[in-house]
Amino acid sequence: MTPIIATDAATHCADWRLKIEPLNEHEETAIAAQIHHYPQPQAATIEALKIVQQQQGWVSDGKVKAIAQRLKMSPDEVDSVATFYNKIYRQPVGRTVISICDSVSCWIMGYQGLAQAVTQELNIALGETTPDGAITLLPTPCLGACDHAPVAIVDDQLTRQLTPASLILLVRRAQEQT
Amino acid sequence: MTDIQTINQPLSQHIKADGSVTTLAEYQSNYGYQGLTKALSMSPSEVVDWVKNANLRGRGGAGFSAGLKWSFVPPLEKLPGQRYVICNADEMEPGTFKDRWLMEHDPHQLIEGLAIAAYAVQADTAFIFLRADYDLCAERLQHAIDEANAAGLLGEQLNEAGFSLTMLLHTSAGRYICGEETALINSLEGRRAQPRFKPPFPQVSGLFGRPTVVNNTETLCNLPHILYHGIDWFANLGLGDDNGTKIYGVSGRVKNPGCWELPIGTKVADIIAMAGGMQDGVKLRGFLPGGGSTDFLTEEHINLAMDYGTIQHAGSRMGTGTMILLDDQTCVVGMVLNLIQFFAQESCGWCTPCRNGLPFIRQILTDLEAGRGQHEDLEHLLQLCGYIGIGNTFCALAPGAAEPLQSALKYFRDDFVAHIDQACCPHGNSPKPLNGLKKEAIL
Ligand SMILES: Cc1cc2nc3c(=O)[nH]c(=O)nc-3n(C[C@H](O)[C@H](O)[C@H](O)COP(=O)(O)O)c2cc1C
Ligand code: SF4
Ligand code: FES
Repeated sequence: MTPIIATDAATHCADWRLKIEPLNEHEETAIAAQIHHYPQPQAATIEALKIVQQQQGWVSDGKVKAIAQRLKMSPDEVDSVATFYNKIYRQPVGRTVISICDSVSCWIMGYQGLAQAVTQELNIALGETTPDGAITLLPTPCLGACDHAPVAIVDDQLTRQLTPASLILLVRRAQEQT
Repeated sequence: MTDIQTINQPLSQHIKADGSVTTLAEYQSNYGYQGLTKALSMSPSEVVDWVKNANLRGRGGAGFSAGLKWSFVPPLEKLPGQRYVICNADEMEPGTFKDRWLMEHDPHQLIEGLAIAAYAVQADTAFIFLRADYDLCAERLQHAIDEANAAGLLGEQLNEAGFSLTMLLHTSAGRYICGEETALINSLEGRRAQPRFKPPFPQVSGLFGRPTVVNNTETLCNLPHILYHGIDWFANLGLGDDNGTKIYGVSGRVKNPGCWELPIGTKVADIIAMAGGMQDGVKLRGFLPGGGSTDFLTEEHINLAMDYGTIQHAGSRMGTGTMILLDDQTCVVGMVLNLIQFFAQESCGWCTPCRNGLPFIRQILTDLEAGRGQHEDLEHLLQLCGYIGIGNTFCALAPGAAEPLQSALKYFRDDFVAHIDQACCPHGNSPKPLNGLKKEAIL
């Protein structure tokens, strides 16, 4: 048996030599409104990251630099926050993100069957995006909907009591839309 | 006015079967915001004493007296200036879904409770720290906060003494450790959500270095009713030593999973009965009483009362009060592996026993589940439970992670041994755990 000593921490290497990608007008206003809520601009980091992500689906290095400038932080400080949280994507994701709950109640109620079916259908592993950029599959911790297990979030919509067949149906619908 | 003795489900009385939200008008037509009005007519220290005497215990897991916690905030005369209250609505404990239920259906109840807590400790700013995925809660809470502001229930000059309150909704970006109160404070400040050293306790130096109280959503939702109906009424609601009601939940292979508000101290068996009992053809073997970080109890314990003292005496914790059932067709080794995988992934990485110990345990369990286990692994696992146990780590995440494992080894040791003797998972789970192994790819 080989013990794993590595951590589960994400490994991401940003390149700060890249050009800054200035915040657009919408991002500027939305971030300014958030900064207003706190005594220190840094406290708006998560909101700023989310605002950017909402616009372009993920947060690029250039945008991290722009946020850092706006919040008077270093890019590394902003990135250390960005990489800490599950729902901030530092790499491009598909047009539809499917987050399948892999926690205990969903596991008891059939998560493994769902994961198997959907990875087979799309021919990608969890954590990957289909080559056409349509769908990203992510495992996600307990979604607080264990009374409807097994569940997934498809395009920000909670879908409940899934079966492999019903999940595949949702996947195909998402593929048609994009 | 409704006869108060008939109000025995105060927190869920407005929750409608169709899932729609309780409007401000509906809420106010049934003593809504009158608990706050009453609090505002009292002195802050009277409110603290009132809640202390009601013995409202924290519903976020630890069961600490809310009034007592507030009393540790230095009085304004001694420490003037800004102070904060925070509603902990992070709810990421596996198997827990009670706070979502309360916020989705009755957001004003939480807002009123949070305002009462703010007044008690003289905070002029209150945050609701909401977990990332609760979109519907976010929408409904923000709408309710806007309504309360427009109606003058929040904002400037709420009483003659000039108490003012700003309430803000903060949605997180998803990480279990954010639920730990000092990590939550770091997160709210825009930092990595690592826990902080205590002391100083947040009540003295918390958010932005100011006195801060963090309470769970359900804890806060009790306050309007305690203020309005009084201490005796609250004490009479509970069945045993504890007061009030509890939102209990059941998930797993039952006929009707869900959550219900019942007198605190209701028997485990009666809660499972609310869920319609086990599905046909499956038998109950054990349960985690209050989320993924509590010790297993077994079917022998189902006649125990679900309250803090009784469950602790039996060797576990009531935790969040939402139980996860283990049935005879589910592999307990696989279930524990799933939990450990969660905790390993969600570890903040700050301290070594947790950062290294959990992946180590995960590896041993993965091998066991795959039929590659050896007998000495079981001793090794127990040793590791001690290694990540209370006192050895910086926060309670890792000791919590040890709880389902150590108790599974105690009650279901035969299942572990069977995996070793048969060199496979008797439940047929042997190949690859699919859990999130490639997740890092995206982060
Ligand atoms: C790893 C970890 C996660 C936690 N998650 C939550 C949570 O999601 N919600 C919560 O209310 N308390 C959570 N807690 C407990 C909080 O630290 C804190 O005790 C609680 O919010 C206090 O509120 P209460 O006294 O009203 O229960 C967590 C604790 C730990 C150690
Ligand atoms: S016990 Fe785990 S989660 Fe808590 S501080 Fe240590 S590494 Fe972080
Ligand atoms: S375990 Fe899947 S929603 Fe809770």
